[in-house]
Amino acid sequence: MTTKLFGEKIKRVEDDRLLRGLGQYVDDLMPGALEMAVLRSPHAHARIVDIDVADVLDLEGVYAVYTYDDLEGTMAQPLPLLIPHPALTHGRTQYALAKDEVNYVGEAIACVVAVDRYVAEDAVARIRVDYEFLAPVVGVDAARAAERLVHEDVPGNIAARLEQEVGDAEAAIAKAPHKLSLDLRIERSASMPMEGRGTVARWDTDSHRLQVWSSTQTSTGLRAAVAAKLGLDLGQVDVMTPDVGGGFGVKIVHPWPEELLVPMAAMALGRPVKFTEDRREHFVSSAHEREQVQHVDVGFDDEGRLLGLSVQLWHDNGAYTPYGLIVPIITSTQLLGPYKPGAYKVVFESLYTNTVIVTPYRGAGRPQGVYAMERTMDAIAAYLGKDRTEVRSANFIQPEEMPYDHGMTFQDGRPLVYDSGDYPASLEKLKKLVGWDEFEAFREEMAALGRRVGIGLACYVEGTGVGPYEGAHIHVETSGKVKVAIGLTSQGQGHKTVFAQIVADELGVPFEDIEVVAGDTRRMPYAVGTFASRAAVMSGSAVALTARMVRAKAIRIAAEALEANEADLEIVDGLVRVKGTPAVNLSLGTVAVLSNPLRYAFDEASKAATQFTVGDPGKPPVAEDDEPGLEGRDFYSPERSTFANGMHAVIVETDPETAEITILKYAVVHDCGLLINPMIVEGQIHGGVAQGVGGALYERMAYDENGQLLNASFMDFLMPYVTEVPESIDIDHLETPSPLNPLGIKGAGEAGVIPSAAVFAAAIEDAEGIPIRQMPISPSDLFELRNQPVVEPDA
Amino acid sequence: MKIRLHVNGALHEVDVEPRRLLSDALRHDLRLTGTHVGCEHGVCGACTVLVDGEPMRSCLMLAVSATDYEITTVEGLAQDGELSNVQAAFKECHGLQCGFCTPGFLTTITAGLRDNPSPTREEARDMIAGNLCRCTGYQNIVAAVLKAAES
Repeated sequence: MTTKLFGEKIKRVEDDRLLRGLGQYVDDLMPGALEMAVLRSPHAHARIVDIDVADVLDLEGVYAVYTYDDLEGTMAQPLPLLIPHPALTHGRTQYALAKDEVNYVGEAIACVVAVDRYVAEDAVARIRVDYEFLAPVVGVDAARAAERLVHEDVPGNIAARLEQEVGDAEAAIAKAPHKLSLDLRIERSASMPMEGRGTVARWDTDSHRLQVWSSTQTSTGLRAAVAAKLGLDLGQVDVMTPDVGGGFGVKIVHPWPEELLVPMAAMALGRPVKFTEDRREHFVSSAHEREQVQHVDVGFDDEGRLLGLSVQLWHDNGAYTPYGLIVPIITSTQLLGPYKPGAYKVVFESLYTNTVIVTPYRGAGRPQGVYAMERTMDAIAAYLGKDRTEVRSANFIQPEEMPYDHGMTFQDGRPLVYDSGDYPASLEKLKKLVGWDEFEAFREEMAALGRRVGIGLACYVEGTGVGPYEGAHIHVETSGKVKVAIGLTSQGQGHKTVFAQIVADELGVPFEDIEVVAGDTRRMPYAVGTFASRAAVMSGSAVALTARMVRAKAIRIAAEALEANEADLEIVDGLVRVKGTPAVNLSLGTVAVLSNPLRYAFDEASKAATQFTVGDPGKPPVAEDDEPGLEGRDFYSPERSTFANGMHAVIVETDPETAEITILKYAVVHDCGLLINPMIVEGQIHGGVAQGVGGALYERMAYDENGQLLNASFMDFLMPYVTEVPESIDIDHLETPSPLNPLGIKGAGEAGVIPSAAVFAAAIEDAEGIPIRQMPISPSDLFELRNQPVVEPDA
Repeated sequence: MKIRLHVNGALHEVDVEPRRLLSDALRHDLRLTGTHVGCEHGVCGACTVLVDGEPMRSCLMLAVSATDYEITTVEGLAQDGELSNVQAAFKECHGLQCGFCTPGFLTTITAGLRDNPSPTREEARDMIAGNLCRCTGYQNIVAAVLKAAES
């Protein structure tokens, strides 16, 4: 089998097990483990006066109850602030169990370990807490007004203020022939994976080691956090990531309180302990994203070319800032999209509210940035009476300008430099795919039938594959089977398939002989995690580099054994053979035997190896610069991020009476560099678009003024079913390879969701002729908008 | 209380509290962990099992009320080790990503295709309209329903 697998629609190796119901998610592990339930604050803002747990241990089946007073050492300190930033002058994180004060409905106050979850919940109901109520701060407007404070030592509720400027934006706008201002809003949604959070831990009393399985996007990060918080050596802690039922960002946060409380209890009780989050808990005690208020001032010329752009962002970060400023920094930098902004100034304030924390959800600040920029582009086009694609074309960075330096600092602290992309070509493809030029005829045709339709487009550039590094370990066993370990974790992206494709090509082994393990710190202790569409770029590159390293070693050993020149050898189908004389060959299994001077004849490969000699008899059996075993470990660390890009267009119909919004056509043009597996990339786009539809038209977190989340269930938080997503999505790929990594790939995980708010706002605005300045938009919202007096606030 | 559950053609005797959900009894007492729990309020459909052939949300049913029925879980769909048509079509069409919601789709579609072996695209969409998936965007699940109907 010499066919190249890179670029092929290979069926997933993950599927068989999952389809038979044999997947192993956290809650499927460790039968008989004790179970934890958590008492969560019913109040958005309160001081804890007293916690009475006297009755709890009387309940049969209860093993332990913990409050803040039971936490010791570093467990009694606030949870880590994972990504500090100089601008984050007032970063605050919660405690594993609340100390003195609660700042959102859902904050963990106490936990109970019992024989099962039923009993644990019964026990939690016995805990009595006396609260002194404090006035909550809910929403960006209340946070900005700062009449009340979330944290009394944080003036103005401002966690951070960050300003970046390239050129003199205000002067450029002042001098520009045309100016516009826009006030924009976007509301909260959430990752909402079908499997919530979950952790199970076992303390091995014989070996004094802690094993933790968690539904996480970073096993190495969690391992370090658990060791530090529980006072263990890193070498005593193993973290394994089992099957994970979706992540979409929320599971990159670590450690969650329960990820520490579960191992703490397992160690204290000497019994395995498990926590499985229920859906309501996921709504009120994991994380949300997206809420921002934005103000844009823009100056432009007669062609719609940007001369100066000044953006102010007010970002709701919820009650705490464990994940630093990543989301608003991404918004403020990725807002630029494929355009040259002229002079650019962006200022954001990250604000505390008494609501669930805000951390990255697929897209991670990009949807908001794209929304701001694309609303601006549409407003310019409307003002100048130009076609919306012309205004965009006038502002595109041209392919010959790559790499393009924006002169700013990106989320990874590196320069914001785009590596590749051909935006004019992408736009041409999109116009064809959606039928942009034919739309006016369609609009008229529909109008004649009394139907109202609109078209919108939105463009984005997505920094993907952020560093600092990922690694891979590849071991060829004497059976010829190839075992690959990557450090980052999988939540359904098909890593076991795509990385096996890379290894098959690079190493020359059958796909079926390759097994990939992800997110097990025993197999790969150095890794970062799965976020920022980075897995394919980072781990894919690391896997390729490692496979090349192992291949080189196999060729070296085989050359010696076969008395051939290395240059004359090739590896095909798991055999190292002489080019042109394939009968002269050695199986990789045999090479694996030869790589290890200790050769017990356990198997056929070992027997086969007895015919060959390798190694210099005048040197030690393992030479100074060598190691036993046909294996390798290598890391990929890019100098900076790659930048994928794409454009979406949608045609919607709005009902003139009911304001119902129907999707008639959805088109995606996408450039994520070279595709490893087009089937999987398209699956990522489908899923992203569906989440985007949800975020644009249905999903919102309905907090009342008391900080109660009114729709914390799947009954009331409207995630799309099949009936809400487009019947089909037209997808076209443009593959401009990234020059930054060995495979030319850029990453695809978040792409589908990034332009959604922008593209739906554009299409609905086009259908209705009403400026859309707030998303998501429901039929009721649209109905209300239609009945509001027309104002022209933008000019 | 001691009850008998007929699951995937086998008879199990378990001792459960009257309040124990069927989903928990299947998962934790019988160790059939293929049935997943996504919301515990009957909306997502991940926990769907077949009760005398009809799709039911096992999180909305008590174990003690399931004693007189023949229950089929995702583990019972493959026959003689071979993936069923529906399972095979999911693999063929990339109808799953994380796999958490998948068992509920498989059981639902198995019953749906039994009742309507040749659905139109619209009927295929209808068939799965009560199940949530956060990964796939449903396009390939609809394709899988149509593919399974072909085979």
